Amino acid sequence: MSEPIVWLTIFVLSVFVGIEVISKVSSTLHTPLMSGANAIHGIILLGAILVTGTTDNAVAVAVGLVAIVLAAVNMVGGFVVTDRMLQMFVRKKVSTGSTTGGGSTTGGSSTTGGGPTTGGGPSTGGGA
Amino acid sequence: MNPTWVQLTYLVCAVGFILALKGLSGPKTARTGNLIGAAAAVVACTVPFFYADLKHVPLILVAIAVGTAGGLFGARRVQMTQMPQMVALFNGVGGGAAALVALLELHELLDVGADPGWFTWLATAFTILVGSVSFAGSVVTFMKLQELMTSRPVVFVGLPIVFGLALVTAVVLSVVTVTDAAVLVGIVLALVGLLIGVLLVLPVGGADVPIVISLLNAFTGLTVAAGGYVLGNTLLLVAGTLVGASGTFLTKLMATAMGRSVVNILFGALKGGSTLGSGEASDRPVRSAGPEDVAILLGYADRVIIVPGYGLAVAQAQHTLRELVDVLGQRGTQVDYAIHPVAGRMPGHMNVLLAEAQVPYEQLVEMDDINGEFKNTDVVLVVGANDVVNPAAKTTPGAPIYGMPILNADEAKQVVFMKRSMRPGFAGIENELLFEPGTTLLFGDAKDSLGKLLSAVKAL
Repeated sequence: MSEPIVWLTIFVLSVFVGIEVISKVSSTLHTPLMSGANAIHGIILLGAILVTGTTDNAVAVAVGLVAIVLAAVNMVGGFVVTDRMLQMFVRKKVSTGSTTGGGSTTGGSSTTGGGPTTGGGPSTGGGA
Repeated sequence: MNPTWVQLTYLVCAVGFILALKGLSGPKTARTGNLIGAAAAVVACTVPFFYADLKHVPLILVAIAVGTAGGLFGARRVQMTQMPQMVALFNGVGGGAAALVALLELHELLDVGADPGWFTWLATAFTILVGSVSFAGSVVTFMKLQELMTSRPVVFVGLPIVFGLALVTAVVLSVVTVTDAAVLVGIVLALVGLLIGVLLVLPVGGADVPIVISLLNAFTGLTVAAGGYVLGNTLLLVAGTLVGASGTFLTKLMATAMGRSVVNILFGALKGGSTLGSGEASDRPVRSAGPEDVAILLGYADRVIIVPGYGLAVAQAQHTLRELVDVLGQRGTQVDYAIHPVAGRMPGHMNVLLAEAQVPYEQLVEMDDINGEFKNTDVVLVVGANDVVNPAAKTTPGAPIYGMPILNADEAKQVVFMKRSMRPGFAGIENELLFEPGTTLLFGDAKDSLGKLLSAVKAL
C-alpha cells in the first residue's frame, strides 16, 4: 500500500478544494448544495459493494447487503431529490428570463439559456 | 493494488464530484452539476463489477435495486415542505452504511490476521463511531422535523454527564481498537456512537435543526473519507473529504446567516434555558381584522412586501398567494417577496417552495436588497412567518434569536400578520411586533384566509 504521507496529501488538498469550490455559494442555493453533497457521500456504496463481494462469512454478507441497501438509498435518493429541487429553479428562471428579459441578476441565466433552452422555456412554462 | 485503469476511472469520478460541487454553488450551473455528480457516482459503482472478481453478485445487485427503489420512492414522493427531514434521513442511512462497512472491514482484517498499522485501526474506529453518531443524530433530527417528537430542546438533568461519559467511553474503545482490535469492541463502539448521536441532537431547538443536518452531513462525509483510507480506496477518500470540508464550511455559512455560532446551537440549551422560549400563547391585546378590511389595506396600497414563511408552505397556500399578488399587480400595486436567508426551514428553502408555485424569480428579493425599502412600504403582509420579522433579534440580548439579521418589517407603515393562533414561532419566543399599533392580525388557516382575501380584493 502507498505511503501514509500520500494519503495525507490527498486528504489535505481535498479539504482545500472542498472549501474553495463552494466558497461563493449564495444562500439561495444552500439547501440544494447540502442535498447534493449529501448524495455524493452516498459513494460509500462503492465501499459497501467491495466489502460485501470479498467476504465469505454469511453474517458478514448479510450485514454488507444491509449496508448496500442503505448506501443506495443515500446515493440515489440524494441525487434525485436534489434534481427535483433544482428543476424548479431552472425552469422558472429560463421562462421568466425569456418573457421579461430578466433583471440584472437573472440576465445571466437568459444568456446561458441560449437558443435551444429558451425555445423550450416558454413551452414548459405554459405547460406548468 | 488496483489496476491502473481502475485508478484512472476513480480519478475521473473524483474530478466529477469536484465539478458537481462547483456547479451546485451557482444558480446557472446547479442542475448540470448535480447530474455530473450522479453520473460520476454511477460510473464509480459499476467499476468493481469489472475488475474485483466479486462474489455474491446476484445478491449485491438485488440489494442495489432495493436501495435504489427506496431512494427513488422517497425522493419522488416527498413534499417540498418536508425536504429538510428527507435530506436528514438520506444522510443518516449513508452514515449507517459507512459504519457497517467499517465493522465488516474490521472483521475482515482480524480474520486475515493482518496488522495494517495503528492509523488504519484508528480510522476504522473513527468510521464506526462517527457513522453511528451521524445515523442516530439524523434519525432524531428526522423525528423532530416530522413532528414525531417535540421540536423543542429536550434537556434532562445529568445529560451533560451522560454525554461526557459516552464521549470518554468512545475514546477508550477507540484506543482499545488500536491496541487490541476485536469485532465485539467495534459493535460496542457503534452502540456508544448511537447514544452520542441521540444525545447530541436532543437539546437542539427546532429552528436550529437544519444547521445540525448540515453538520451531520459533514460528519458522514468525513466518515466516508476515513472509510476510504481503511479500504485503500482513493475515490472514497477524496469524495468523503470534499463533502466533509464543504459541509463544515456550509454549516458555518448557515449559522452565520442565522446569527448563531455552531457551538451555541449544539450546546446552548445545556448552558441553561436560553434556547427555551415560553412556548405559550400570550393573552395580551392585539388588533385583529377580517379579510375585507385587509383587502382594502392591500388594494389601495402603492407598495406591498410579502414576507412568506414556513407556515405558508405547510398550508400549501403558495398558489393562492401568487394569485393574490397577480391581482394586486394588475391593480397597479408594486409587490415583492422578501426572502429571509433562513425562511422555511433551511437556507434557500423558501425559494424552492415559491419556485414550485411558479412565482417569478425576479419578485423574490433577498434580505439585504429589500431591507432598505420597508420604510417606503405601505403594507407588509406576513404569511406564516414569525421569527424572521421579530424585532427581539435586535432589541433583546437574552433572546435565542438575538443577533440574527431580520427583515425590517417594523419600519413599514402597516403590518398584517396572517396567523393560525397566537402561538409563538418555531424558535418559541414572543414577537413584539404583533402588539405594535400599526399591526393587524388576520387569524385563520393561511390558505383559507388568502382565498377570502383574494375574492375580497377582486370585489374592490
